[in-house]
Amino acid sequence: MAFVPRVGVYICHCGINIAGTVEVKKVAEYAASLPGVAVAREYTYMCSDPGQELIGEDIRQLNLNRVVVASCSPRMHEPTFRAAVARAGLNPYCFEMANIREQCSWVHPAGREATEKAMQLVAAAVSKAVRLEPLEQREVSTIPAALVIGGGIAGLQSALDMASAGFPVALVERAQALGGHMADLQRTFPTLESAPELLNSVIERVRSQPLIRVLLGAQVKEISGFVGNFKAKVEVAGKVEELAVGSIVVATGFETFDARRKPELGYGTYPQVITTAEFEKLAEKGLEVNGKRPQSVVFIQCVGSRDQVVERPYCSRVCCMVTAKQARTVREKLPEAKVSVFYMDVRAFGKGFEEFYDETRKSGVLYRRGNPSEILRQGDRVLVRAEDTLLGERVEVEADLVVLAVGMQPRADSASLAGMLKLARSADGFLMEAHPKLRPVDTAMAGIFLAGCCQAPKDIAESIAQARAAAGTAMIPLMRGKVQVEAATSFVDPELCAGCGQCAQVCAFGALSLHPFRPIMTVNAVLCQGCGACATACPSGAINVKHFTLDQVMAQVETLSEFRPLAEKAEAVEVAA
Amino acid sequence: MLQIEANPIVQAQELLGCIQCGKCTAGCPMAIKTKLNPRTLILRLITAPDGFDLEGRDELWDCTTCATCSSRCPKLVNPMETIIRLRSAFVEQGRVHPNVKTALESTFRQGNPLTMPREDRAAWASGLDLRPMQAGVEYLYFVGCTPSYDPRVQKVTRSLVGLMKKGGVDFGILGVEENCCASEVRRLGETGLFEMMVEENQEKFHAAGVKRMFTTSPHCFNVFRNDYPKGSGIEVRHYTQVLAEAIEKKNLEFSGRFEKKVTYHDPCYLGRHNGIFDEPRAVLTGIPGVKLVEMDRSRQKSLCCEGGGGRMWLEGTNPGVRLAQMRIKEAMDTGAEVLATACPFCLLTLEEAAKQLNVEDRLRVMDIAEIAAEAL
Amino acid sequence: MTVSTNSAQVGSRPAALVIGGGIAGIQAALDIAEAGFQVYLVERSPSLGGRMSQLDKTFPTLDCSACILTPKMVDAGRHPNIRLMTYSEVVRVEGSEGQFRAQIRVKPRYVDVDKCRGCGLCAEACRLAGRVSSDFNAGLSKRAAVYVPFPQAVPLVYTVDPEECVYLTRGVCGKTFKCKDACDAGAINFDQKEELVEVEVGTVVVATGFDLFDPRRKPELGYGTYPQVITTLEFERLASASGPTAGRIALNGKLPQSVVFIQCVGSRDNSVGIPYCSRVCCMAVAKQAHLAHDRLPGAQVSVFYMDIRAFGKGFEEFYDRVRHEGVVYRRGNPSEVIRSGDRLLVRAEDTLLGERVEVEADLVVLAVGMAPRADAAVVREILNLKQDPNGFFLEDHPKLRTMESGIPGIFLAGCCQGPKDIPDTVAHAKAAASAAMILLAQAEKVTEKAHAAN
Repeated sequence: MAFVPRVGVYICHCGINIAGTVEVKKVAEYAASLPGVAVAREYTYMCSDPGQELIGEDIRQLNLNRVVVASCSPRMHEPTFRAAVARAGLNPYCFEMANIREQCSWVHPAGREATEKAMQLVAAAVSKAVRLEPLEQREVSTIPAALVIGGGIAGLQSALDMASAGFPVALVERAQALGGHMADLQRTFPTLESAPELLNSVIERVRSQPLIRVLLGAQVKEISGFVGNFKAKVEVAGKVEELAVGSIVVATGFETFDARRKPELGYGTYPQVITTAEFEKLAEKGLEVNGKRPQSVVFIQCVGSRDQVVERPYCSRVCCMVTAKQARTVREKLPEAKVSVFYMDVRAFGKGFEEFYDETRKSGVLYRRGNPSEILRQGDRVLVRAEDTLLGERVEVEADLVVLAVGMQPRADSASLAGMLKLARSADGFLMEAHPKLRPVDTAMAGIFLAGCCQAPKDIAESIAQARAAAGTAMIPLMRGKVQVEAATSFVDPELCAGCGQCAQVCAFGALSLHPFRPIMTVNAVLCQGCGACATACPSGAINVKHFTLDQVMAQVETLSEFRPLAEKAEAVEVAA
Repeated sequence: MLQIEANPIVQAQELLGCIQCGKCTAGCPMAIKTKLNPRTLILRLITAPDGFDLEGRDELWDCTTCATCSSRCPKLVNPMETIIRLRSAFVEQGRVHPNVKTALESTFRQGNPLTMPREDRAAWASGLDLRPMQAGVEYLYFVGCTPSYDPRVQKVTRSLVGLMKKGGVDFGILGVEENCCASEVRRLGETGLFEMMVEENQEKFHAAGVKRMFTTSPHCFNVFRNDYPKGSGIEVRHYTQVLAEAIEKKNLEFSGRFEKKVTYHDPCYLGRHNGIFDEPRAVLTGIPGVKLVEMDRSRQKSLCCEGGGGRMWLEGTNPGVRLAQMRIKEAMDTGAEVLATACPFCLLTLEEAAKQLNVEDRLRVMDIAEIAAEAL
Repeated sequence: MTVSTNSAQVGSRPAALVIGGGIAGIQAALDIAEAGFQVYLVERSPSLGGRMSQLDKTFPTLDCSACILTPKMVDAGRHPNIRLMTYSEVVRVEGSEGQFRAQIRVKPRYVDVDKCRGCGLCAEACRLAGRVSSDFNAGLSKRAAVYVPFPQAVPLVYTVDPEECVYLTRGVCGKTFKCKDACDAGAINFDQKEELVEVEVGTVVVATGFDLFDPRRKPELGYGTYPQVITTLEFERLASASGPTAGRIALNGKLPQSVVFIQCVGSRDNSVGIPYCSRVCCMAVAKQAHLAHDRLPGAQVSVFYMDIRAFGKGFEEFYDRVRHEGVVYRRGNPSEVIRSGDRLLVRAEDTLLGERVEVEADLVVLAVGMAPRADAAVVREILNLKQDPNGFFLEDHPKLRTMESGIPGIFLAGCCQGPKDIPDTVAHAKAAASAAMILLAQAEKVTEKAHAAN
């Protein structure tokens, strides 16, 4: 029996986001007139409970077999509506979205043209919907083990959480010791506790956790596989070991800005100019410069942050507090020294931070608002030249020690790391999370999570929170024992395939290979991410991606190009008469 | 009252990007001794409710356009360019210093700001048997006004010509056809005259078949490279780049020596504006006998000599120690016997300063071309 | 009063109690539920969503808040492992890690949740329609005595406000119940009683959120005296598509020509006993200034600040963008707002010019600080939590364990522990969930072992 489409079309108002620009009523009326459409409705918020109920009710009562929702971007709500459709008993791949918000109402002024464009998009979606096929939602089991890349505080904490829940964790650290950058700190803000003590308490717990296997001097060379079933090749001491894990947490940390890129500040030329990173060690040894106790110490904020000249427009988040902490340290160790901090804004935003900043000023640290332009030599001292913008006067401060608050930046190898894991990077170069508000630890690659400063600058408390968040999220598929995999994968038509292998060359996921004994290509549906590169590369048109077949896409294209708004049709009729 | 609308400047210069960090004023060499405060100027423009009154803001003429502010601004705001735009408002009203007026008029009439007759422009070249520029000649040597007319700087020009010939560089000159590059015209805010001269010069270059050029002055170099429309396709170089290349390729070799301790003053328009720090040094270290020592304020920190931004015609309008004098002292602190530079304005202002400080016997100010020529 | 007992073990799986249905509570509940454990998600107001549902757009991406929140709300509402208890309050918690017993008061809505379809006819018919101040709209609009807080509420079920409803406060509402008459599902039921439900859980996550500083405590700023002085939350509702003016930033129908934002109202202010920074306001104001500039062409928009704390990912770039768009930032903490004809005058010093300034404004928006909830003391007592000097719940360790309360098995998520923005709240909630999951997984193993041993 031939398939008779019964499509339900739902036009969302999205409050005024769509309805303020597009005449949704007209779009719904238009949709109702399309072939195959059994019902067309419009509603204020389709993603809400009642909106989803509307769809469910219609599926049940009107025997709909295909559903189109015209609303926001599928990136927003495709999973929501697929789930709604599935709940009502329809295969979730019999659902299509028309994006009439990001691709229409949000980018055009209100008027006839916007409404017609929305109609066009809906018509195209319907053309595709009637050609959609149900797809099998598959689950694969997950390997109950995890890999954490990076043994700094974030990696340590992530590993601890997952191991505490009962999962064996491999913690891979490229250096010969655990601890990352936190190991270089003396004290932490705002409590001025001993950083080594805090860190060691965490390292102790890691070391005494039998489920955590620590690999030092180790590097991840290659990652293959997919969510729940990754294979990681790790090189340790010249030997390569393959680990099988279900989830991966990336906690590779950061680097500091090279202050030599700002030559006018004299770092690398004047021995009196050091960075905040170097200060930690110097403070431990006794804060002497050239064998003498500094009489004047100047801190300079935002070196390599908030600075478009060196392509670092972002804020490094922690330096205001690091500087305050270090300035306090100077006041303690060198009570006779004058300490000043040159800043643009003091970002003391966290719990206890503003109070710490208050105490720091009270302890005698002078905060001066102004971004110094340069540092010059002055005998065996240096001269910091700035404008005190609150006094409205230029100032020249002599100093025996200048500490540059250097910014955090992505590691130099983050490009290759991202390539290895197929992760995206944000404009600032740090690894990119799946959604900046609601998915701060997920990445676009299912099964791979981010923790700590590799995602963006943050302090210890935030790194730990994010590390625990990453661990929790990473554990979910492991605890469930299984995970869903992409159903819209590619498939090969054996009649057309010549086995040329062009598809395999462009596949970034290694999902295509030659059939063991037939001269055709085969797709590993579990590795395939449905990106479609193979379909474009195939010279014979032998590969199609399910849910985006040539048939379906061309139907959309034809509908779009043949679209005529209703008014025009009416006119055409008159003219013919 | 000299009221102007603030908003067009705020928009054109994207001043709203400014976060008032103060780095510009902090590094401004003229803020040391004048009222000039680029930061507050910008803030006043941003917050000007009913326009901006330029009356009394003579400090706008103190700017030397050294680009210390613009090269370091973390939000990529350009205070220097903002000041130049504000100067235009004065110029449009004709309210400029008489010296500046003279220089501008002279540029318009005689093709140079020095009130020298146009027809004498190539006098320095007499007897040197130089080729006129035409299609097929590799380089145009754009001499510049001060190197053409000023007797002191003519020595540099003649040295340079000798070096280029010795190095086998194929070049021609425009002779009396050469017109002022109009760099200082633009820095003084006379946009109308500048645009007119740009057109004239481009026509001349086109007619003479110019494809590549090198200049004596970093000011000419900068304006041709960055301010003239890009479409002409002419490659612009500074002479130190050509010499450095010739030395490296061993086309230019020195049979003599220059046994002196030399320190090099980076001209603003070569160094900070255009990032050319290494080639001049390569030429110096390529001269046998030269011992190069660096001042503390070298490269990006080089202290402006106070000759740029039209200030060659505004000498004495602000009191206080001339920056060039501070520079001479800095040079002497290195123990150098020679202070080298690669800009005619720097040469003149630094030499003048050495005279005023009475140290000419201890520190000789020379252009790199002169040093190299002595070692030929 | 009925007391029913719900065993925490559904098929012997341990469960978690999440107190608070804002984004923190929702995220924690979802994570724990996804991991396979049962969750009781208790929210005192009629709907999930919390403060995030009151926002229009979020910084720095300018995502529509409702758009990114509602899918999570719906997920939480429908998740097979989450038992959603809205319009409910936790009244008692006893026991210890792994075995807590909680008593939850399910308040009567006077509406049958199984029958109500959310059609809204009752609210239209209510005698008090348009007469009751809407909390959700920060008092800027009116509703009826029977209401849903906002159109995307989860669950979309009406609730009768017991403090406003004429019948419930005076015993009689005219001759007939207008609401009952209008409802064709027969969902209104004034015989409903409060229910007490007891649950057994292994772990508790506290996600009770925050309140805002009352700007009346700074009378010199004119809030409550001048109608043109509003809070950032009120601005949010004005700017919101689902708000009282459908997104039109207008007061009494008039579009402001000059909008002035004032940062740090009730933060960094020892004169009102609030030394801490509320963390989000610099960015919230930047976002609102952008919206004001966008929606009010030709209006002058300025921000008075002390420090701009644009510290997070994309924040500094957003601050750059907003300035480039035309918002003027002036460093100075205004001393007072006074009347000037029918406009207002904001008096401050521009500390960078070193001059006093007086800016005329048609709309002044106060960036009010985050404060602990007024009822935080109640929650604290129920759970025996500690509080920090500012009244927020105290974490076990300020660096290592910000999501732990110090009481084994009880975790903290979101702003109840201290001001945070949405990404930090989500991370914090996920961290709390992780800690909770570990406990539940361990408890489960213990139970399994015990069973196996039998």
